[in-house]
Amino acid sequence: MSIAPTPLLRLHDAVKHYPASGGTVHALDGVALQVERGETLGLVGESGCGKSTVARVALRLTPLTAGRLEFDGQDLTHLGGSALRSLRARLQMVFQDPYASLNPRLTVGRALREPLIVQRQGGGEAEQRERVAWALARVGLRPEMAQRYPHEFSGGQRQRIGIARALMLRPELIVCDEAVSALDVSVRAQVLNLLLGLREEFGVAYLFISHDLSIVRHMSDRIAVMYLGQVVEHGARDSVWRAPLHPYTQALVSAAPATRPSTVRRQRVLLQGDPPNPLNPPAGCRFHTRCPLAQARCREEAPVLRPASDRHWVACHLQ
Amino acid sequence: MPLLDIRGLQTSFHTRAGTVRAVDSVDLSVARGETVALVGESGSGKSVTAYSVLRLLPRGQGAITGGSIRFDGTELTTLPEAAMRALRGNRISMIFQEPLSALNPVLSIGWQIAEAIRLHRPAGRREAWARAVDLLAQVGIPSPAQRVHDHPHQLSGGMRQRAVIAIALACEPDLLIADEPTTALDVTTQAQILDLLRTLQAERGMGLLLITHDLGVVAEVADRAAVMYAGRVVEQAPVRTLFDAPSHPYTEGLLASLAIEHLRPGTRLPEIAGTVPSLLHMPPGCAFAPRCGRAQAACHELRPALSQPGPHRVACHFPLGAGRRTPLELLGEAA
Repeated sequence: MSIAPTPLLRLHDAVKHYPASGGTVHALDGVALQVERGETLGLVGESGCGKSTVARVALRLTPLTAGRLEFDGQDLTHLGGSALRSLRARLQMVFQDPYASLNPRLTVGRALREPLIVQRQGGGEAEQRERVAWALARVGLRPEMAQRYPHEFSGGQRQRIGIARALMLRPELIVCDEAVSALDVSVRAQVLNLLLGLREEFGVAYLFISHDLSIVRHMSDRIAVMYLGQVVEHGARDSVWRAPLHPYTQALVSAAPATRPSTVRRQRVLLQGDPPNPLNPPAGCRFHTRCPLAQARCREEAPVLRPASDRHWVACHLQ
Repeated sequence: MPLLDIRGLQTSFHTRAGTVRAVDSVDLSVARGETVALVGESGSGKSVTAYSVLRLLPRGQGAITGGSIRFDGTELTTLPEAAMRALRGNRISMIFQEPLSALNPVLSIGWQIAEAIRLHRPAGRREAWARAVDLLAQVGIPSPAQRVHDHPHQLSGGMRQRAVIAIALACEPDLLIADEPTTALDVTTQAQILDLLRTLQAERGMGLLLITHDLGVVAEVADRAAVMYAGRVVEQAPVRTLFDAPSHPYTEGLLASLAIEHLRPGTRLPEIAGTVPSLLHMPPGCAFAPRCGRAQAACHELRPALSQPGPHRVACHFPLGAGRRTPLELLGEAA
């Protein structure tokens, strides 16, 4: 057996609890994930499943309650100060809302220089401006747009600016949290193509988080599916997409809207109800309250992730 | 005679930067028992069209400035406000995108349904309350007799949207307008709500005008669809025709973006270049011309009108021909 290379990002038994009125929100409960160098890991799940918490935790925007976070083999869990800051230059984020993630009072050029200033990189101001022009050109915007303010741009253009900002430090990993969800369909493809192109050009790795399984499939090498703070299935893209093993993944795949009208109604795995409250996650398998196949064991015993094949893991008693 | 017949509708908004026509020359009809989807991206005028039908435009800012809206033979654009109020929530109802902001947070959902009934029907409290429980059962809320006492915050997103649908159905409307009814919901919940709308519409024979940006939703529920771009309808057709043989290049582009699951992962996606024009700075010709791969000189000068009434109408100087392969088929061959 060859020695596996160190993954770029690794979450080990990650637990994140938030205090809330009436109890504790179990945002993450024992999540293990890793992103290899140059790889795209797609993370899919519905609202409240904890996928955005994974993004925040991965960037150390919020500390873990328990568990470990590693970047390129280095333990980031308790790192602070300048060591954390210099590691952060290597991992960047693109946010969901292009309107909320840019400071309205800063010109685009100033916003793009910010990461260089924080990281004390890019030399003098002239050199920094050159890098801003480069980043803008790379995302398909004109260099003179650096003089303008965010409100002068459309949603799609702002998301390009967000991507340009993430590019400024030439990171090795970019976390994209619902990066195209707020965009209109005609603009969405432009931004996805841009992200695909950057991967080809710079070999950047992505943690690509989305609720949209078809987009995740298109962008990812591997896919992980989350439900109520846990990863219920992960594996190579095609095997998760074509042969999902977890009943929840099967429901997600079949709930995807049609791509054309049909006279024959598709057979759907229609789930009952909504995801339960993460304040009081159900005992046993967290999915058992909505699972069409649940048995007595599922209500009592929580399933753990087990390999179903070489590159496909699932947490379900019935597999 | 169609239930709803919109002709040449023009709705304008006054902004600090000038007056814009958010909706311009829109023709649209909905028959009883029919589901018509109004599709478009943000700012295309699809929601403004819906709000115009209900005359719910912000006073002093937006107004209907031309055209006619006939509902079951009655002209709505000139109807006195009192008569309009008697129609809203009664014969014409609406479902909104965000159920949490459509519901009153301090009142039980039973109260809110009963209110809708008692506003338009001579029903007593008891009778209205019983009907509310009944409606909750019809929209698939489990244990409705208990849930009827719940306040909106006690319900999940999907259940809230069901409650909003129950309010909209309270007076058995002839026409239901649903503005992005599933956009705020998760995919698994979205499938449930679409199923529910389809069932209720078929049972009651209502006309359903569905406002959406999601062509997947259109494929699932609509009989006919109208595609809007920059305030105008650019194409209108039965859904099968629209998906199999779109005539407008914009429709074709939207459909291609839907084909993501038919493509080989990681390959370049078909995209529509550029961005939607600002309503303040509309190009003189076809609004889509600056982004259109087929545009010719005429397109930049002359605005195309919607073709003559018929099942398939298109506003394009150079519509895509009939009998050629659909974008989906082309992509299938390429993949």
